[in-house]
Parts: sequence; structure tokens; C-alpha cells
Amino acid sequence: MPKLNTTRRDFLGLAGSAAVAGAVPIVTLRPLEATPAMLTSAIRNVVGEAQVQTGKVKIDIPPLVENGNTVPMTVSVTSPMTETDYVKSIHVFNEKNPQPNIGNFYIGPWAGRAQIATRIRLADSQKVVAIARMSDDSFWSVSADVIVTLAACTEEVN
Amino acid sequence: MASTLINVPPKAKRGDIIEIKTLTSHIMETGFRRTAAGDLIPRNIITSFTCRYNGNEIFRADFFPAISANPYLSFFTIAKESGKFEFEWIGDNGFSTTASASIAVE
Amino acid sequence: MKPSYAIALALLLLCGSSFAAEIPGGERRSGYSFMGPDTRAMQDDDTSNPGMLFVLDGEALWNKKLGAADKACSDCHGDARESMKGVAARYPAFDKALGRPVTLEQRINMERTQRQQAEALPYESRDLLALSVFVANQSRGMPVTAGDDPELKPFVEQGRALFMQREGQLNLACANCHNDNFDKRLAGSPITQGEPNGYPEYRLEWQTLGSLERRLRSCITGVRAQPPDYGAPELVALELYLMSRAHGMKMETPAVRP
Repeated sequence: MPKLNTTRRDFLGLAGSAAVAGAVPIVTLRPLEATPAMLTSAIRNVVGEAQVQTGKVKIDIPPLVENGNTVPMTVSVTSPMTETDYVKSIHVFNEKNPQPNIGNFYIGPWAGRAQIATRIRLADSQKVVAIARMSDDSFWSVSADVIVTLAACTEEVN
Repeated sequence: MASTLINVPPKAKRGDIIEIKTLTSHIMETGFRRTAAGDLIPRNIITSFTCRYNGNEIFRADFFPAISANPYLSFFTIAKESGKFEFEWIGDNGFSTTASASIAVE
Repeated sequence: MKPSYAIALALLLLCGSSFAAEIPGGERRSGYSFMGPDTRAMQDDDTSNPGMLFVLDGEALWNKKLGAADKACSDCHGDARESMKGVAARYPAFDKALGRPVTLEQRINMERTQRQQAEALPYESRDLLALSVFVANQSRGMPVTAGDDPELKPFVEQGRALFMQREGQLNLACANCHNDNFDKRLAGSPITQGEPNGYPEYRLEWQTLGSLERRLRSCITGVRAQPPDYGAPELVALELYLMSRAHGMKMETPAVRP
């Protein structure tokens, strides 16, 4: 089974490539691997020494994606969004991309609803983690598991 | 200026929570891909996005290479007064593009 | 070719008939019907469909004066919303002077070189894609009519023969997957019927807009055959056959597909 992982990663590299408008042939060899330590340290950068509790945050993401290049993701946080009780920011991380950060989103009570949606890249099947920072500087989080398969017919580098 | 598509309701009632959707043209080159020769293609991404409502910042985002090409973003705000939303995207290699949309709030 | 893929495709090869039957009229489905809800939502909203960014670019190019003749497309063709309605739906179309079908991209380049006296745009270049998707977008919602012209008959037949012909190291014909095995999956992705009614389309795999020819070349590479060059008569014939096979289906340009 480990052999399959290696082949899959090489194939992922090739799958991640595309001839860019015929200009420069592009191939990706083994991409750098993120480690759980990188993810932990990226989260530490945002929350510092504070405790992160589970709850209040929700990630809407397809459990099996059509293509890892463009995965629609919505993060929403339960909060009254009043002047005294609101969400300050939402931070999204991943487990296995070359880099652990995906995006940081800064809102406030004027938002009315603590919800953002975007499209992200996922290099492999992995966890996506979303952490919300509240107005009282408490942190809440949730994680979602996503399965990423390869596209069937990948382009050769011509 | 990069092409952008903005979706803001043209009118709203005061106090309504409205959704703002933006889509902008950008390759979002991750900096992890290599050419056939093995050279790294340098990173070229949008790094930040800001939205101002009549001059006040109501939303800001930091983008990393994990954000897909042609970045899409949706967020919410309370319709407070008539006026203008201004959007700005800034990125690597001096990339900068802006867009705006008006709203009538009664 | 990785062993797991070779085995999967060899099985497909054994299971698929060499006598690939055509899909009956009532069962023909757009690629849209094979997509998940998220991908469909991306296509349905013009302000969230990345292909529309290219349509915007194409509109700007349509109105731009260029070439030695210093003419814009709009100078002769006026408002594309009127003049280009239904055009892409009947392409590839027969060109009398050349005596063969030409694709929309080739027609655009012919207009550029002959009327605007400008350089032809390279295949798959951003500008050519923007112009062709802008023109094709004007046919969105209209039924495909390509192949109706009786002069096109021999070329449609040529395209059909290519569609049915096994090729490449994997010895597969387009029909083996797209007639015989649609609705099944290949490596996690759904196999569609290969209808071209959404082209030029935004493919998540490419992270950009691309033409039908790009897709055909990558499929042909996928079965480990040598793909013809962009604009080659074989690709034009195949494109013509595919469009005629989708006769009556509504155009969706720009579609969003994985």
C-alpha cells in the first residue's frame, strides 16, 4: 500500500500540471509535503497560547470533490453578531498541501452574518480546519475530512 | 485592470443582511509547480482583498496559494445606507485591481 | 502509465464492445447532468462562473479597433448580441472557398487576417479563447444545429469514423467510454457522453477556459496516442461529428466542468 501512495503522489504531481496556453510546458514533481507540525504551528501563529474549543463553526465542503483544483467551501459561525458579541475573524487551514494556510477573513458586527465562501485547492485527501476568533478573543474550531481523487485523463506535457 | 464580476443587490432595505459575491481574473500561480526542465515557477498570487462601504472597511481577506485560480469570494454585510462598495485586490509583482458597485438603501 | 491505471483501463477495454453503439436520441445528455451540485451551481450563476470573466474580455476585444485596416469586429458585425446569435451553434461550418469545414476559432482568425489585416491569434491563446467564448456565449440556450448543411456530410462521416476508431497504446476509441460506458466512473470522475455543447468551457482541471480541441488532444493523449496539431483536419472533423451528435442539445457556453 505505501507503494501506491508514492505512485499516487507522483501522479498527483503530473495531474497538477497543465500546459499553460502552449507557452511553457509545466510539470510538477514531488510537491513539498506539509506536516502536522506545520499545521499546528500555523494555528499557533493565529491563536497564540489560547485554548481552542470545538463548536460554533461549520464547514460546508463536498466530502468527495470533483477536482482538487477548485473546491467550493463555505465557513459559517453561529454568533448573534451584535456590537458586544460577534466574530472578529475566520482562519482556514489544511493538513497536506505544501503550505498549511488557506485564507484569513476579517469581519465584524457590521457583517450581520458570519459566513464566507470561496474556492480552494486541495492537493490530496485531507482535513480542512476552520478557526473563528470571537469578540472576546476566544477561539472556536471545526475540521472536515475531504476526499480528493485524480482527474482521469490528465494532460501530457507537450 | 483584471476582469472582475461583482454581484451586489442594486437595492435593499435598511438593516437587510445582503450577500456580496466577487470573482476576479487571476492565475494564482502557487509557486510549487515546476517547468519540464525542473525550474520552480515563481509564486504569483493575489495576497489581499479589501471591501469598503462608503469608505469604511467592512471586509478584508488574506489569500494564500491554496485559494483557487480566478478567486471567488462571498461575504455578508448589513445594508446601512445608499452608496458605493469599493473592492480592491492586491498581489505579487505589484498586482492591483479595483472595482465598485452601487446600492440604493431605503 | 502507472500499473493501477493500466489494469483499470484494460478491464474497460475487455468489457467495452468493439461494436460501439450510438446513444439513442432520447438518452443524450449534456455533461451538466453528470456534474455534482457544486459544479452546477458554479455554472448557473453568471457572477460566479469563471468562464464569464473570459466573456467580458472577449467583449472588450470585439469592440477594439486593430490591424492595418483599423477595424473592430463591431464595425462590420455591430452588436454581437444580435449578429452572433445562433452562430456558434452551427459551427464547425462549411467554408465554400476552402471546400471544407472550419471551426469558430479558424473563422475568427480568417476574419482577422482577411478583413482586419491583423495577425492570426495562436490556437489556445487567451485572446482567441476570449473572442470565441464571447461569440459562443451569444448562442447560449439555443439548440445545436451543426452538421445540417448537406455539404458537410462526408466530413461528418470522417469524424464519426474517427470517433469509432480504436487508437493509442490503450487501444481505445472515444465510443468505448463515451457511448458504451457513460454514467460509470473512471478514477473517481464520472464518464460523460462527451457532448461538446458547453465549449469553450472552464475546466477545473485546467483552472482556465479552454477549447474543445484542447480537450480532444488531452483525451487522445490519455489513451496514449499522438494527438493531431491544433486546427488539423482530423480534429475539425471530430469536432464537427461531436457537434452533430449533440444536435438539438442546448448550448451552455461557457460551461463549467471538472
